[in-house]
Amino acid sequence: MTGSPGREQVSRVLQQHGALMVLAALVIAGSLAFDFFATAGNAASILVSSSFTAIIAIGMTFVIISGGIDLSVGSLFVFGGVLAAYGSQYGLFVALALPLAACGLVGLLQGLLIARTGMAPFIVTLAGLLGVRGLMLAISDEGATTYLVKDSAFARLGQGGVFGLTWPVYITAILAVAAMVLLQRTAFGQNVYAVGGNEQGAALMGVPVARTKVYVYLMSGLLAGLAGVLNAARLSSGVTILGIGLELDVIAAVVIGGTLLTGGAGGITGTIAGVLLLGVIQSLINQVGNLTSAFQQVVSGLFLALVVVAQRLLGRAQRLG
Amino acid sequence: MLEARQISKRFPGVVALDGVSLALFPGEVHALVGENGAGKSTLIKVFTGVHRPDGGELIYNGSPVAFGTPLDAQRAGISTIYQEVNLVPMMSVARNLMLGREPRGRLGVIDTAAMYREAERILAGYGVVTDVRRPLRTLGMGVQQMVALARAVAIDARVVIMDEPTSSLEPREVETLFSVIGKLKDDGIAVVYVSHRLDELYEVCDRVTVLRDGRVAHTGPLAGLERLKLISLMLGRDLDEVKSGGLTRFSRDRRRARERDGAPPAVRAEGLTRRQVLRGVDVSVWPGEVVGLGGLLGAGRSETAKAIVGALPLDAGRVLVAGLPLRTGSTTAAVRAGVALLPEDRKAEGIIPELSVRENIALAALPSLSRAGVVSDAKIDKVVEVFMRRLRIKAASPHQPVQELSGGNQQKVLLARWLAIRPKILLLDEPTRGIDVGAKAEVQALVDELAEEGLGVLLISSDLEELVEGADRILVLREGAVVGELSGDDVTEDKIMASIAERGAESDG
Repeated sequence: MTGSPGREQVSRVLQQHGALMVLAALVIAGSLAFDFFATAGNAASILVSSSFTAIIAIGMTFVIISGGIDLSVGSLFVFGGVLAAYGSQYGLFVALALPLAACGLVGLLQGLLIARTGMAPFIVTLAGLLGVRGLMLAISDEGATTYLVKDSAFARLGQGGVFGLTWPVYITAILAVAAMVLLQRTAFGQNVYAVGGNEQGAALMGVPVARTKVYVYLMSGLLAGLAGVLNAARLSSGVTILGIGLELDVIAAVVIGGTLLTGGAGGITGTIAGVLLLGVIQSLINQVGNLTSAFQQVVSGLFLALVVVAQRLLGRAQRLG
Repeated sequence: MLEARQISKRFPGVVALDGVSLALFPGEVHALVGENGAGKSTLIKVFTGVHRPDGGELIYNGSPVAFGTPLDAQRAGISTIYQEVNLVPMMSVARNLMLGREPRGRLGVIDTAAMYREAERILAGYGVVTDVRRPLRTLGMGVQQMVALARAVAIDARVVIMDEPTSSLEPREVETLFSVIGKLKDDGIAVVYVSHRLDELYEVCDRVTVLRDGRVAHTGPLAGLERLKLISLMLGRDLDEVKSGGLTRFSRDRRRARERDGAPPAVRAEGLTRRQVLRGVDVSVWPGEVVGLGGLLGAGRSETAKAIVGALPLDAGRVLVAGLPLRTGSTTAAVRAGVALLPEDRKAEGIIPELSVRENIALAALPSLSRAGVVSDAKIDKVVEVFMRRLRIKAASPHQPVQELSGGNQQKVLLARWLAIRPKILLLDEPTRGIDVGAKAEVQALVDELAEEGLGVLLISSDLEELVEGADRILVLREGAVVGELSGDDVTEDKIMASIAERGAESDG
């Protein structure tokens, strides 16, 4: 070991908490520069609109740490929403159970295909992306039928809340904490890291590689479906035109949060910071009058590129250190 | 304790193990040696549940067992330390060490504080003091190897299999490893020790089993077995035959040692150094000369060749082609300067099986066969035709996919590919492995011919006979350093073996 441990530690902290630091800096800068930014209303709107992406991103974090990718989440999000709105005519329970069962099943199937047949996650979940969107269109008459939420208890789940924040924000927070514990403090979480870090080594160390992968995709499917459900409750309808390209936003947020696309490293804190960072950028751009929202994507893209370059440099520094 | 009885294992086209028997006793360190392809790794994989034997049986603690997966074998108490560390580099030391048996606190959640304490305690027993929260990859290879060892032993192992455990260790770490092995012995654990470093074998092992071509060539106590005898067993050359062979061999017409008449060598490598692999290797090959590289597996022969073409990152050293220094670490620069490497593993590193003979031959020479990026078909046809005739490549047509050709013809296609760039120096790594006798002779004759025409050739071969007959001069490598040079009448099999066997005094430090 030639390098100083200090430098190695610095690069590790940057890797893990870089997104959080940038987020903090951006929030402070935004508050100083714009009056509208540092208001409770604005903060709440950022949190509410970020919560759906965040739920999906939690599942995606597990997938990416395990060395995989899940492209089907955008489709599952809209599928879950439409099913929830459709199911709400039969009451709250169906509105929740139907979409979760359907999305969980898709995730499970994808996981089984990936883990048992060794097919590439990219291809399997690309098939999921196309197939699930097709299913959604099939049950909504090519997207023409928008089911409205009939159950008021279900609608309250998306719209009600306390302290100025709606329930989805609290649900997201609980899920994030649970996911952190799951990832850091349980055997399953350790297995996810091991599979993504060195699949062959993990197998030789006795890690149930296939089972771990199945669970990861099952979880991602369930969470994407749940996000769709909550969103349908918020909108009081199963809007069919949502979620196109959402999987890419989610992946971007996870990577910005410091999770390596190659697997084996990352965490929930970073992912949440990554989602909020994108939300804050969007909020700033939306409200700085003369910029169109198209710029948000340009900025997000540039930022993602920056993060990937930084990760590469940091990774090199750690190896040399 | 663990016994293999008449184990056989076949893979498509090869018999990897043919009736191999081996008995391990508690508290013994058993050396398992053999050259490449002798069946060592297959045997280890049978022991550890990666492969299932086709014939024979495993007896463990007195009863027959069949391991379906590595996990089964581990649960039974057989653990393995692989040559490359098979841990998860990005996870922390403690999590690697404890993966699968983390201490639990309340609610079944991992108790990290207890995990770190336990990891520190275990590692201290191996002389490793480090921050166990650091990612494993930030530690040196030796420490990583120790973590792997600690993990292997900590899961109540009764049998520990070590596959080349010292290949990435520093001498000091090797000592620690040996003291750990001593402790394992005292605890009645059986150790299988695979290594090519003879000094180590003699230092720690009690008994030895030599595998050759999937059979047991010898088994017995190691003390009292002459080094030369051990090597001859591994290489499959009868000792007496070798000794007399050196004397009766007809004095061959060695090519005039193109003595250094002012012309620079076709290639000169100076001080090639890479941690754990090469320790200052100097090699020069003059035009028209065939230089052989001898030594056991892992001595650094292939690595030397790879370093010369820039495929192995170097810590120090440089390569000059025809007197001009080469940009290091760039295979493009090396190929452009006229260095061609015929790699050891032609399937993985050489031919592109689906492409035709023609395309495979033309691949490397495309830049010289095209103008402004557009490839001239006519030129390719000409080059391909010339080489197919010259190398007597037997193919239905130039358009036949290479994968349909025999191994010997595939090798010739590769040779043609590199000859098409008109190299100054040709590096051949095991050019005749896995090809039949007839094709072997042809390839050897071809190498001779090419050298006659002024090409410099560096020949790597585990086949001593091939080395002796093909090379004008032989450099013997051991543990990444040149330990002997033989030329003229000294180029004999027994001299090479003696040179390999010499006690590595300089490596004991």
